[in-house]
Amino acid sequence: MTWLEASFAECRPRAIAALTRQFRDMDIAEEAFGDACLKALSVWPKSGSPKNPFAWLLVASRNAGIDRLRKMKRQAAWAESPPDADLPPVEDTQIGIIDEDGLRDDVLRLLFICCHPALKRQDQLAVALKIVAGMSVAEIARAFLIKPKTMERRITRAKCTISENPIPFEVPSLAERARRLNEVSLMVYLLFNEGWSTSGSETQFKLALCEEAIRLARLLLDLFPGMSEQMGLLALLLFQHSRRQTRMNVDGELVSLENQAREKWDHSMIAEANVLLEKAARHGTAGPYQLQAAIAGTHAIAPSDRETDWARIESLYGSLYRIHPTPVIRLNQAAAVSRTLGPVAALEMIEPLAGELATYRWFHTARASFLSDFGDYAGAAAAYRTAANLQPTLPELRILKEKIIECEKKFHSLSESQASHRP
Amino acid sequence: MLYSIILYGEDGAFERLPEEIRAGVMEGHQKLQAVLAERGKFATIKLMPVSSAVTLSPPTEIGQAPLVVDGPFAETKERFLGFYAAEFASLEEAIEHAEYLSTPYVRIEVRPVQWAGGVLADESKDRDMA
Repeated sequence: MTWLEASFAECRPRAIAALTRQFRDMDIAEEAFGDACLKALSVWPKSGSPKNPFAWLLVASRNAGIDRLRKMKRQAAWAESPPDADLPPVEDTQIGIIDEDGLRDDVLRLLFICCHPALKRQDQLAVALKIVAGMSVAEIARAFLIKPKTMERRITRAKCTISENPIPFEVPSLAERARRLNEVSLMVYLLFNEGWSTSGSETQFKLALCEEAIRLARLLLDLFPGMSEQMGLLALLLFQHSRRQTRMNVDGELVSLENQAREKWDHSMIAEANVLLEKAARHGTAGPYQLQAAIAGTHAIAPSDRETDWARIESLYGSLYRIHPTPVIRLNQAAAVSRTLGPVAALEMIEPLAGELATYRWFHTARASFLSDFGDYAGAAAAYRTAANLQPTLPELRILKEKIIECEKKFHSLSESQASHRP
Repeated sequence: MLYSIILYGEDGAFERLPEEIRAGVMEGHQKLQAVLAERGKFATIKLMPVSSAVTLSPPTEIGQAPLVVDGPFAETKERFLGFYAAEFASLEEAIEHAEYLSTPYVRIEVRPVQWAGGVLADESKDRDMA
């Protein structure tokens, strides 16, 4: 990527959003923006880059889009439109005032289109990456580990679904805007998770998803600077991403949080996330992203696993549970409890979750770890075995097998030592 | 006279660039910092993205508390990224030094400083200048 391409990429979400409104068609918007970028590639290096690249690209795209529409009309209807005078060149003087408020709703709408309820979650992410982030189909396919042809088909089909179920262009009501922002935030969060949930050779392609998710979170915060949950979302992603260099070892195996080299965490990213949380805290009540970010932040500032403020983490999970009373959040809270009150309290806490989380791998690994802390190595080995039968990824399975062997060893040495002490 | 060398650019565009290009940009900064350190005292700052900012909007009367609002509001224009401040014998000399930083990614303004104060912490060793 050159500096020009970086500049185009920064402008892209806003430009595509405004063009989609103007042309009522995402394909034309994408093509018109592509034309404008080509033009910029030939013009900017000669005449110097414009002071407002976004406005330049927007005007050039509009002209290109109108041009395309005219050509399409000519081809489709054999209409004899009068020969048009050439479009005037794009100059800074042509660039009027950009309606920032309208643009904000346009970008939100564009992102919201991508979260169309008629689409499967992965297709929503793929469409957002293609249209908003401007990733190529090949890049997206690589990130989702599927064939480019398949990805191409899925994106095309998704676009059809979208155009058959249009989202209106009116200015949304306050409630509708909040709903859209919620949906879009969730999509950004899930996009990050998609990129994060990986290991081994495909990591670098997946990390691109994390970076795009962070850019989208930044874009949302840029558009809605006063929303504390947008600060929370960006902070959460930055805290997670600050650990990207340490979460895997040279063999591509996952490294657990307590064993990561903390000095290699990205401390400028952590600093930015902390500032965002401080800003968010000025707004009073904390929402779920903010709470999750605060949990991640507590880990991020701890000098070591042992010196982590587990009591704070426990109470943050408690607050999160009050907003979202899900068994998974309860399970995480129990993990913090095992550090503050010990394994017995944690085991008691997760007992009622056993039914709901019976097929949830992490329930069994957490239970195994509590049992092992308590000294019940046979029980721990059995729980790890249950987890190993619940479709773990290969690196996870490797870790689970090690854990099982470790627990069995401890169990045998314990029973041997008990046997030798028998009278 | 004390001059400032002020950098403007697109928020976030630099971070998209590949490692090699970013390293090239940072080389200019490191060179300038080395030169300035030999000449005497200087200060430099790189700002975080604008989304981390709050704005104290001006009160209508002196003595009133300002309203603290989040962000500068959504704008698409180029943004203030950071600055250097150092003593130069002439405008010419200040411009010469600003040229260390000249790349396609920034617009650089050289402007004399009316007054200055304070001391910035020297944390250049572990600072991420990106």
